[in-house]
Order: sequence, then C-alpha cells, then structure tokens
Amino acid sequence: MELNVLGQSEAGPTAGGGCSAGSCGSSDDQLAHLPEHIREKVHNHPCYSEEAHHYFARMHVAVAPACNIQCHYCNRKYDCANESRPGVVSELLEPVQAVKKVKAVAATIPQMTVLGIAGPGDPLANPQRTFETFRMLSEQAPDIKLCVSTNGLALPDCVDELAKHNIDHVTITINCVDPDIGAEIYPWIYWNNKRIRGRKAAKILIERQQKGLEMLVERGILVKVNSVLIPGVNDEHLKEVSRIVKAKGAFLHNVMPLIAEAEHGTFYGVMGQRSPEPEELQDLQDACAGDMNMMRHCRQCRADAVGLLGEDRGDEFTLDKIESMDVDYEAAMVKRAAIHAAIKEELDERAAKKARLATPSAAQLTGTVDKGHRPVLMAVATSGGGLVNQHFGHAREFLVYEASPAGVRFIGHRKVEQYCVGNDSCGDKESALSGSIRALKGCEAVLCSKIGFEPWGELEAAGIQPNGEHAMEPIEEAVLAVYQEMIANGRLDASVGAAEQCLMA
Amino acid sequence: MALQIVESCVNCWACVDVCPSEAISPGTAYFRISAHKCTECDGDYAEQQCASICPIEGAILLADGSPANPAGSLTGIPPERLAEAMRTIQAR
Repeated sequence: MELNVLGQSEAGPTAGGGCSAGSCGSSDDQLAHLPEHIREKVHNHPCYSEEAHHYFARMHVAVAPACNIQCHYCNRKYDCANESRPGVVSELLEPVQAVKKVKAVAATIPQMTVLGIAGPGDPLANPQRTFETFRMLSEQAPDIKLCVSTNGLALPDCVDELAKHNIDHVTITINCVDPDIGAEIYPWIYWNNKRIRGRKAAKILIERQQKGLEMLVERGILVKVNSVLIPGVNDEHLKEVSRIVKAKGAFLHNVMPLIAEAEHGTFYGVMGQRSPEPEELQDLQDACAGDMNMMRHCRQCRADAVGLLGEDRGDEFTLDKIESMDVDYEAAMVKRAAIHAAIKEELDERAAKKARLATPSAAQLTGTVDKGHRPVLMAVATSGGGLVNQHFGHAREFLVYEASPAGVRFIGHRKVEQYCVGNDSCGDKESALSGSIRALKGCEAVLCSKIGFEPWGELEAAGIQPNGEHAMEPIEEAVLAVYQEMIANGRLDASVGAAEQCLMA
Repeated sequence: MALQIVESCVNCWACVDVCPSEAISPGTAYFRISAHKCTECDGDYAEQQCASICPIEGAILLADGSPANPAGSLTGIPPERLAEAMRTIQAR
C-alpha cells in the first residue's frame, strides 16, 4: 500500500545533505574541544562518547553491595530482575565470579570495551571486593577499560589505589554543592564510624566529593560528574554545580532525570516527589551546556547491565550460564582487537567524510534553511551503528534529535514505558502503541526503518509524522534531510508546531 | 548481650564490613549476628557499627529488643510529621 510520507518533494537527501552535525555541536563534536590524549581515552567508551555508544558496549559487575550513605532516590532493596535503573541488580557476584563473567561477555560480545563497577551500593565503600576485581581484570583482561562510579564519600582515600589499577575514568555523583540542598537529598552518611545526619552530613559529603574531584584531576584521571535532576530541590542549583565541577576539571557533566515511582519503594517515590518532564531536563542541559560538555545519551543503566547502552543482555550471562562457558581469552583478545580496529576504521571514515562535506554542507544548509525557521524535534528508532535501522514496533526507546537552522544535535533518549497497561485507574487498556506515542511527546516526526499501518495513522493523528524513507541512512543525515523536506513543504511556515496544533484541535 | 538482625534485612553487606568482631555472616534469608561474638562494639566504638550503617529502619534490634533505628530515624521524618512532609514534597 502507498503510505504518505514526509517530504515527497524532489529535495531528497543528497550527499551534500550530510551532516552539518560534525560542526554543529552534537555527538562526536561534543568531545572535539578536548585534548587529543583525552579523546584517545574516550573514543571507544560508550558512556563518555555519544558517537561511541552506537558501536561499543559496556558492562557492569555487581560486586559492591554495601553503601556508606543514603540518597532519597535509592532503595537499598535491590534484587529485582524487571527494573532497569541504577542500583538494581539480580545477582551479586564475588570478585572471582565477576572476572569469569567479564571474560565470558568480552569473548561473546567483542564490542564490549568497558567494565564498570557501579554498585549496587558504592564501589568505594566495598574497597576489598572492588579492588580485587580490578586487580584480577587488569592482569587477565588487559584490553578492557576499567571504570568506577562513586558517591565520593570514600573517594579521597581511594585515589591512589585507583591510579595504581590504571583506572583512567571515574564518575562522581554530585547533586549539590550547598549543604542546605544536600540535606534534602541525603538523610545520613556513615562517616568515621558514626551515622551523621542532615546538613552536617551533606556538608561532609560535599567536601569529600570536591576534594576527590580535585585529587583525580591532579593525577590526570578523567572525571565525569553525574547529577540527578530533582524538581524543586536542585534544579536551578545544578547550573552552579556544572560551573564549579567544570572549573575544577571534570570533563563531562551528565544530568539525569530523577526516577521516582512509588512502587520502587524509594523515599522520593513513596513521598510523591515528581520526576522532571523531558523539556525540563533538556532546558537544564542546555543551560549548563554553555559551561561544559553535557552528556545526553545516558540510559541510567542497572548496576549489572550488559551490552550496548539501552540494551541489557544480562540474562545471557547468569552465573549458571557462565559456569558452562569455556573461554579462551587469549584467542578472544585477538578477535576483539580485529573488531575494534574495524569499528575504528568505520568511525574514521565517517569523520573523514564529514570533514570533506563540511564546507559544501554548510553552504547548502544556509542556502536551503532560512535562519528564521524554528527548531524541530524528531525521534529515531535505531538498534545501533548510528543508523535509522529499527522497526517502529520493535523500538523500546527512541533517540531524540533537534534539527534547526544551526544543524542537527542529539537531545536525549525516550524510553517506551507502558506504565499503566490495563490498570484500574486508567479505565482503558493502554496499548504498547499509546506508550510509544506518549514517549514521543514534543516530537514532530519519527524516523524508522519500517512501520505498520495502524501505528502510522495513530502517530499522524497525534501530530507526529512517521517516516520510513531513510532506512539504513546515518541518523544525522536523515534528520537533516527530513528537516529540509519539512521546510520545502512549508510545514515550518506556521507559527505553531504540529504537535501544538494537534493539542489545540 | 548482642544485637540481632530481623527479616526486614535487605542483605546489603554493609554491616559485615564494619563489624569489629566479625560477628556478622550471611544467613539463608538474611544476615545473622553471632550472639557469642557480638560485643555491641564495647571497647571498640562509641556507636554500634552495624546499627550505624544499616539503611533499613527496624532491621537491627538492640539487646533489649527495641529497634536500633526506629521508624523515621533514617528518613529524618518522624511519623507525626510525615503527612506535612509529603505535602511539601508533592508541591515541588
């Protein structure tokens, strides 16, 4: 059947329609200002490089159950297989089991470049288990990058040990630099063999985080700062956090939305603290971006996640399954090196192509895109590789890009959540489709490899134009092409967007 | 005398690492404190270490059977202020 698609004009994508993104502040360019030695460290790290996350995978091993602080967004009862969020794991591992699992995953998923320890508690509150795991891995699997994520309380005491194990990436979660705000987020810390509460606790934690950050930077260890955006608590304050951590030498700031569902049993969830809307997150990320690199592709993964960001293949590597896997790691390393080289070659080719096209593309862009056109958000279904290559109905998440006269930039991802499927309060059974449509709020088009007839109609009715014309094309080129088609079709001439028109109708 | 862990324990291991007497071990369903090893930290620390790091209200009982961390002591919100705190938080 013939489906009406966006941009049936002649102005289809051309080679010259290629990415202005290389020079417009998105993806790889996000890291472009960094010195060469830092870019070398992050080019294949999916959590640090937006471009890398389309190609390289990561895993976490859950060897660190204990924690030395309480955050109001965390519930320490972490054993749940059906949730995907930080602090949740299914199976706690001993260091020896963790090493076995890492080698099994690295041999099976050669794109896996990074092993992180992120919990389910605080890795540095479990120094023996954490460092024993790192020690064994640096000996037995030297081709894997090691990184760690911490609340920072024990960090100053661990910096030398981290440097010794050749860990060149550390993430610190810093939600505030003001103890009064901290007292609303952290009810207590365990410090010098005492439980300390309230503002006094927050003050100590903040001082330790800042000191740890400074010590890492002095030693040349890369620091990413994570912050949880908590509406009404630290939203405005995070701009100051961003300025300060950047001034101290953090190279990337990752502002994540609070996850607070009552059924997770967290203090915030139970008390009814709301999570931020996607627009609030984006506005804050944009406000902070003037000050430093903002990371927008974080998936807030579980403390035992395995695979590309946004996917979790943990089920394939449970303890009983890895027990029966016979891994020849020497052979695996040869295969891994070949695959990493092939990916690097592909990335280099893409970079070279962008550089070649940069000038004509910019010229073409200014030729076809009137500076007066408003920006448009578009969602993309992708299963990796930086391509529009996923069926709409298979997408469990969408990547959101903004197209504007300045070019194309990556904004973030939206999970497809069916959080009220058939429950009593919503009266009607909600389909997977309406979950997807809600996830796409604010987007005016969705790019995918294929899409069925039914969702096509419902998306159109919701003011979101489906587009299957750019299957297998690089995402940014496709988004730019669709934007140009929208302009050519006069869709951006009106003063209000399609989504708004739909709401008004 | 000894402290005791009850079934609301979430098996987070935090107490095991900080016990000066190595009195705590994993049990079948939750962690256990060996009554003959536990010294209530007497002579080692001013505060009982397991009770000072445990994140779960009510999961550790003192020697007299009362909770080391009663309701509201770890959230910082005593039960009588809960409704008020909830209103404040929901207004954000």
